[in-house]
Amino acid sequence: MRNNPLHIIFFVLYFLGTTLATAQKEIKVCDTCTFTSLKQAIASAVSGDTILVKPGTYKEYNVVIDKPLTIKGEKFPVIDGEDKGEIIRIMADNVTIDGLFVMNVGTSYTSDHAAIRVVRSENFLIQNVVLEKLFFGIYIEKSNNGRVYHNKVIGDAQDEYNSGNGIQLWYSNHVVVEQNIVQKVRDGIYLEFSDNILIKDNVSTNNLRYGLHFMFSNDDVYKNNTFENNGAGVAVMFSKRIKMHQNTFKKNWGMASFGVLLKEINDAEIKENVFEENTVGINIEGSNRIVYSGNNFIRNGYAIKVLGACYENTFEKNNFLYNSFDLSYNSKINDNVFRNNYWSGYTGYDLNKDGVGDVPFRPVKLFSYVVNKTPETIILMRSLFIDLIDFSEKVSPVFTPDNLQDATPKMTPFQ
Amino acid sequence: MIQIEQLHKKFGKNKILEGVNLTIGSQGVFAILGPNGSGKTTLIKTILGMVIPDKGIVTVNENSIKTHWKYRDDIDYLPQIANFPANLKVRELIAMIKDLRNRQGNDERLISLFKLQPFLSKKLGNLSGGTKQKVNLVLTLMFDSPIIILDEPTTGLDPIALLHLKQLIAEEKEKGKIILITSHIMGFVEEIADEIVFLLEGKVYFKGTIDTLKTQMETSNFEQAIASLLTYENA
Amino acid sequence: MLKILKYSFFDLIRSRWSYVYFLFYLGLGSVLLFLNNDLAKAIITLMNVITILVPLIGTVFGVMYYYNSKEFTELLLAQPIKRSSIFIGQYLGVSLSLAMSLIIGLGIPFALYGLFQSNEIWDFGLLLINGLFLTLIFTALAFNIALYNENKIKGFSYAILLWLFMAVIYDGLFLMTLIAFQSYPLDGFSLVATMSNPIDLSRILILLKLDISALLGYTGAVFQKFFGTGLGLLVSILALSLWVVLPTLNMYRKSRKKDF
Repeated sequence: MRNNPLHIIFFVLYFLGTTLATAQKEIKVCDTCTFTSLKQAIASAVSGDTILVKPGTYKEYNVVIDKPLTIKGEKFPVIDGEDKGEIIRIMADNVTIDGLFVMNVGTSYTSDHAAIRVVRSENFLIQNVVLEKLFFGIYIEKSNNGRVYHNKVIGDAQDEYNSGNGIQLWYSNHVVVEQNIVQKVRDGIYLEFSDNILIKDNVSTNNLRYGLHFMFSNDDVYKNNTFENNGAGVAVMFSKRIKMHQNTFKKNWGMASFGVLLKEINDAEIKENVFEENTVGINIEGSNRIVYSGNNFIRNGYAIKVLGACYENTFEKNNFLYNSFDLSYNSKINDNVFRNNYWSGYTGYDLNKDGVGDVPFRPVKLFSYVVNKTPETIILMRSLFIDLIDFSEKVSPVFTPDNLQDATPKMTPFQ
Repeated sequence: MIQIEQLHKKFGKNKILEGVNLTIGSQGVFAILGPNGSGKTTLIKTILGMVIPDKGIVTVNENSIKTHWKYRDDIDYLPQIANFPANLKVRELIAMIKDLRNRQGNDERLISLFKLQPFLSKKLGNLSGGTKQKVNLVLTLMFDSPIIILDEPTTGLDPIALLHLKQLIAEEKEKGKIILITSHIMGFVEEIADEIVFLLEGKVYFKGTIDTLKTQMETSNFEQAIASLLTYENA
Repeated sequence: MLKILKYSFFDLIRSRWSYVYFLFYLGLGSVLLFLNNDLAKAIITLMNVITILVPLIGTVFGVMYYYNSKEFTELLLAQPIKRSSIFIGQYLGVSLSLAMSLIIGLGIPFALYGLFQSNEIWDFGLLLINGLFLTLIFTALAFNIALYNENKIKGFSYAILLWLFMAVIYDGLFLMTLIAFQSYPLDGFSLVATMSNPIDLSRILILLKLDISALLGYTGAVFQKFFGTGLGLLVSILALSLWVVLPTLNMYRKSRKKDF
């Protein structure tokens, strides 16, 4: 046979044809099947195949998925990495992982072993996966247009230095992270250099450090998530045009704890969130042009703590309910606008019955300055003496910015 | 029986009693007299345990007053100023004192004697001084204790009540009791007292019957005898 | 002693001032509830009111009762009753009748408002416990002042001064000390200073309830341990009890030595 280029083309086409013809092939993995391990099955599979993993325990690690496959677990088969290292790595486009129980990821101080890692791949889908005893959970690396949906990541992190993050995105864009539950890892969800991400309906609780941690990531949206009892709350840093809507931040207690930490954030929207019983509701440092509206700040130590230069922020139509301090400021200059908020500490009156108080409300108390300078004085909170000095400051402001006031405080809270 | 030995008491720098020795062993009415500030009330209050002695021994029926507060069960005391809880009714106060002492009293008879029936349901705060004193007397005399101490019992009493009081004292004396009285009314003292105890400068200056005093002072007038006791000392 | 307690108690609950006190709390509770329509807010306001007002009423009432019932006390002293029983009985009579005015006065409007169906019942309980402790403590202090001062005017002045000191001046001095020595570790000192003033102590109980989020924002290990665990509550309650017991013991001691 001559080496005719046409022959070669035909040969290739024939091969492709057979491949496509068998694309819907389903490969089973079980103790008594032809394939008793995921690795064997992947090796024999061709692009587009579905690998069905039957119930059972499979001791495997360093499983590399290098072609477009769907790996589906039946009744959550266990993939046990036996603490030997990374368990599953996706290195191809169009991979779906569904319904696996992955556990025992090896902890390492030199490399970030993950239960499932996605590397330079597009259109991935990771769903219904349960991860336990992990180092890193789901690690998305330079991969775009994927979806991480309805997974459960249950860590057992004790110390920050030897624990990893639940769901991590690094240099990945257009990813949807939705309806996941992340607990007891270092950072629940971590984003770095990732743009246009949608983080929605997740529950991130009891994590060592942050429920959600965000760096150098722009144009992201996170809505309707719950962050509760995390070591330090949620940190959003060095990012632009972030939208945070309808999230709940609860019970983040501790010396350096907050509902949200905003650091060098510009042009963000923070709307309709609930901040409840946090040491600090929102801690703001060097963040500008942010609109805060429709949020509920309930029983926080500080509803809002402003540090450093923050300009042109607007706070409107929020409810400030029973916070120990509504607002703390460390400078005498104010360039932010407060209007139409409801403050439970407001004692003014509304003679013309338009629902807006007739005297302005000053949300910064002198005592919050004193506490900033000498933290131990916190123990004097709610004493008559403190009330007296707060009152005198209210009557004639000396230490607090004169224009820092809500000139139109609402008489009743927003529902 | 009341025994007092070397009783000393001072309030601040003010020495009131400076070695009082007094034994009252037999029954009878003893009037404790003396100029203002001579320590009459202090002496009485010491016997009652209301004033704590600086020095000295006081025993009542062989019980030392320091330790046995129950000895006060043997004493009926009429305080000088009758001032009671204003919100209590007379009836309640009487019931209360009986309750506190855990004893029955013949209050019925005393109430009718002093004609207190109309006041029984009145609050003590609304009573006149004289009526209060009558209530005070009822409270004191309704118990049958072997020792009775009356501090200015005549204060505010009308003549009829005063008459009743004298009768009552006489009756109690008949029962063989020891009755101690202080009073400013010399006529009253002369009428009822068997013996005089005269306090001066913190000591018992004179103790004896009225007749002895009169003889000693060479006068038949009791008031004069008392007055000369004072001048006698000064001379 | 129980008999004396009983009589003092009934004497007081029939007095005009008890009614005034009772009606005051009834009015205050009702106004706060029905104007605000917010149980939580009403309780917070009441806590602030109670830490200041209850000590004032306790001291003034205690001193007043002592002086007003002086002659009656003398009548009792001549009765075969133990001395300390008389004073402790009277003290308990006064403080319990005051506490009762407070508890019933506030209890009625809150019960009507539906306290028992709400989550605020523990906060309200804490409020009443605080009120009870403060009444017991300040009435005891008032009795002590009165026992040491025969002169009514003097006694009254000292009582008012005591209240003013505990409620305002103490905290002012405390604050200045903290600011003056801010470069030193102060959390141990500030806890001790707090324990030394019953008004501050009961305030701490309130802080533990309302401001725990803010309190946990501070770095001192002692604070963390105190506020972060049940220890704070336990120690505060113990210290409050001590504040009741010590003045009562002194009352007992002093009453045995005093002349009337």
